[in-house]
Amino acid sequence: MDMLSHDVLIVGGGLAGLRCAVGLCDKYDVALISKVHPIRSHSIAAQGGINAALANNPDARDDTWEKHAFDTVKGSDYLADQDAVEIMCREAPEIVYEMEHWGCPFSRFPDGSIAQRPFGGAGYPRTCYSTDITGHVLLNTLYERAVFKGVKVYPEWHVTALATEDESCHGVIAFDLINGVIMPIRAKATLFATGGYGRVYFYSTNALINTGSGIGIAYKAGVPVKDMEFVQFHPTCLIGTNILMTEACRGEGGYLFNNRGERFMERYAPKAMELAPRDIVSRSIQTEINEGRGFDHPLGRYIRLDLRHLGGKKILERLPGIRKICIDFIGIDPVNEPIPIMPCQHYSMGGIDTDAAGATPVRGFYAAGECACVSVHGANRLGGNSLLDTIVFGKLAAGSIDAYLSGGGAVPDEKAVLRLAGDMEKKISGLVSGGKEKTFALHAELARTMSANVGIFRRQDEMEQALQDIARVRERYRGAGVSSPSRHMNYELMNAIELEYMLEVAHTIALGALLREESRGAHSRRDFTKRDDEKWLKHTIARRGADGSPDTSFRGVAITRYQPMERVY
Amino acid sequence: MITADAYTFRILRFDAKRPEEPPAFQAYRIKVIPGLTVLAVLNRIRDEIDGTLSFRSSCRSAVCGSCAMVINGRIDLACRTQVASFGTSTIILEPLPNMEIIKDLVVDMTPFWKMYEKVRPHLVRESADPVREIRQSEKERGRIDQFVNCILCACCYGACPVISRDPEYMGPAALAKLERFTLDSRDERPENFLDTVNNEKGVWGCDMVLRCIDACPKDVRPTDSIVGLRKALVKKKAKGLLGMKKR
Ligand SMILES: Cc1cc2nc3c(=O)[nH]c(=O)nc-3n(C[C@H](O)[C@H](O)[C@H](O)COP(=O)(O)OP(=O)(O)OC[C@H]3O[C@@H](n4cnc5c(N)ncnc54)[C@H](O)[C@@H]3O)c2cc1C
Ligand code: SF4
Ligand code: SF4
Ligand code: FES
Repeated sequence: MDMLSHDVLIVGGGLAGLRCAVGLCDKYDVALISKVHPIRSHSIAAQGGINAALANNPDARDDTWEKHAFDTVKGSDYLADQDAVEIMCREAPEIVYEMEHWGCPFSRFPDGSIAQRPFGGAGYPRTCYSTDITGHVLLNTLYERAVFKGVKVYPEWHVTALATEDESCHGVIAFDLINGVIMPIRAKATLFATGGYGRVYFYSTNALINTGSGIGIAYKAGVPVKDMEFVQFHPTCLIGTNILMTEACRGEGGYLFNNRGERFMERYAPKAMELAPRDIVSRSIQTEINEGRGFDHPLGRYIRLDLRHLGGKKILERLPGIRKICIDFIGIDPVNEPIPIMPCQHYSMGGIDTDAAGATPVRGFYAAGECACVSVHGANRLGGNSLLDTIVFGKLAAGSIDAYLSGGGAVPDEKAVLRLAGDMEKKISGLVSGGKEKTFALHAELARTMSANVGIFRRQDEMEQALQDIARVRERYRGAGVSSPSRHMNYELMNAIELEYMLEVAHTIALGALLREESRGAHSRRDFTKRDDEKWLKHTIARRGADGSPDTSFRGVAITRYQPMERVY
Repeated sequence: MITADAYTFRILRFDAKRPEEPPAFQAYRIKVIPGLTVLAVLNRIRDEIDGTLSFRSSCRSAVCGSCAMVINGRIDLACRTQVASFGTSTIILEPLPNMEIIKDLVVDMTPFWKMYEKVRPHLVRESADPVREIRQSEKERGRIDQFVNCILCACCYGACPVISRDPEYMGPAALAKLERFTLDSRDERPENFLDTVNNEKGVWGCDMVLRCIDACPKDVRPTDSIVGLRKALVKKKAKGLLGMKKR
């Protein structure tokens, strides 16, 4: 079997992966693998903005990174590691300026500085943006930078397994989709920047490619994952397609109404109203719907997001993309009609367990971006902090990989990679020679139970049900097969391979949620409704045990200067 | 109650690894509820009827540029096209023209990306960066807005009649990308950079038939960029003839 070799392998062409790649490619032989062309990565879809205390907004001249850090820690319901949060918020202005210098076309204030808007859970308007296509401009800028620097890219290559032995990482097994070929790749250092797992849920704002396979691959290879039970549900997603209606809709002044015409947020967050953090707004909407104050629609119950009072001019200027999505996807012009929305899965706070420099407990293996959990978001991420996380920690991970390789690194064990490639060959031949279980159907079953039973509100019996369902799907997965024996351009085969990892991801989410007997941030239990700092001010760590099920342990939270307080908005 | 309507999807099938089997349409009958997009139906066909079908998709919200194809003769993104919008019960799907088919609705976009890379698609700076942002007025930012919106979907590239005659023609998206940077108040590329497109493979190749404007799902209007670049070149030439200094 052929084998490729690079100093550094970066898996993922979103913001985190690209930022890491451009930070290393001058010095090392770097290759970036992505299952879609980098520009198609999900980062492209981010709308609202990226946080940095630039203090450009006339209403925020006294904003500082410390205030940003405080908002982030409070937003996290005190589960974020405060040392890491401080690093991120301190780095924020610099990386935003850097992106600007590299060409990012941010929207501007009249004085020519980068424009900043208010966002949920933030005490100051500090979200830098480019109308409602901030992810699009950031990803284009970083891809442009990668083209400029000549980063080597393997587009439409899937990583299907991670080669770890003796607590060290030796490379990956990739699959070239266009040619249908398994390709082992050895590397001295490997970084995963594989994004979120939205498609483990049935209702999600995420792209169809966001399966979370990267997290599952790392986990299966023995890398610990952290805080998987913390899943963010975004309050405002279009009914039907679940396309995101950015928080900027509310940041710019949009209202939420129930079927009695009430701005119901008054009851849940009288001060912050619609701009309370996402966990709170999502629960409020779900409560309104559950208690019969939603609207009925063939595709489900919904609440109204009303922008009409902002006027056509402001909507066209600040939220043109949102308007276009509403017109194209549901035939509604928000200038004249309220938008029907519901909460959906949106973001993964948990992920691969890393330190504040992207390193994992496995030597030579790093992670950054949404697939990683540093943790800077704790139990609930603030809007505008994820784009920030991807770029800051993509950059810092490049620094720590550089330090590791400068110190000699380790020689990857070729045999470990080849052994794993042999396993993958067996697995793929099994799938193409056809069991009768169809993986698309299994995937739907998994996603349904996750949305129904490990959603916004959680209860012991429901989560136990989810765990049983996951076990059943896993059992049926053993009989999975794909329709076509040819391996190239076989998306069904890719889905079948990814499903195994999605099951691992779902299992760690449901189990973490069941174990955590408190309500904190996005994890809200009907049977344990209070936050319990005495017992639960700690991270959940899951490592795959010998029998394949997660071994869980816990780790304290780093607290520097913000003592846990009650969270009122 | 929502009622589903019966549709026939006729999809062009081809596998470049089996060149001996010529491209052929395959028909799929499927019931579709109102409001579904072509991409949603493609997903259902692949999931429920025929797992061998290949097409690209990612964001399903018209922002990632994955799913451009020919839908009932019109080039568009599958994810933003409503099945019901044609008023017919047959939907015909073909891959984007002007590129080689890899399999079914997936084409090889290498030539498209090659042209993109040719225009130095990134901000070029000569001066040292300031500590904070490079100032740019709202008006200057507004000038590039149209071109910034490009999602690199290649709808325009597939629609352009010049590319079908001359594969060396750079095409609408690459030229729009170049204009996005030359119009950017922060860009400092040497003026003679435009010489690289001052030919029949560049801005003078365009027939001005505006197909790219029709095909573009993001209102980028690539032809505007070609007109803009031509004007800049003419102006530069005039200045050169008059012996004036560079701007
Ligand atoms: C609709 C939407 C709007 C958002 N808006 C905002 C916002 O306004 N502000 C904010 O801060 N955050 C926002 N977020 C969150 C933010 O966009 C994401 O968290 C962030 O972009 C993730 O970036 P990433 O680089 O980690 O991963 P991604 O951009 O998701 O990239 C993942 C990459 O990994 C590759 N990959 C994955 N698995 C494999 C594999 N097995 N093999 C090979 N390649 C693989 C993919 O091809 C892709 O290139 C939004 C999220 C959504 C869903
Ligand atoms: S206007 Fe020019 S670039 Fe656009 S489609 Fe026509 S010939 Fe091609
Ligand atoms: S100009 Fe329009 S059609 Fe062409 S690639 Fe860009 S978005 Fe697509
Ligand atoms: S799937 Fe992203 S543009 Fe259609």
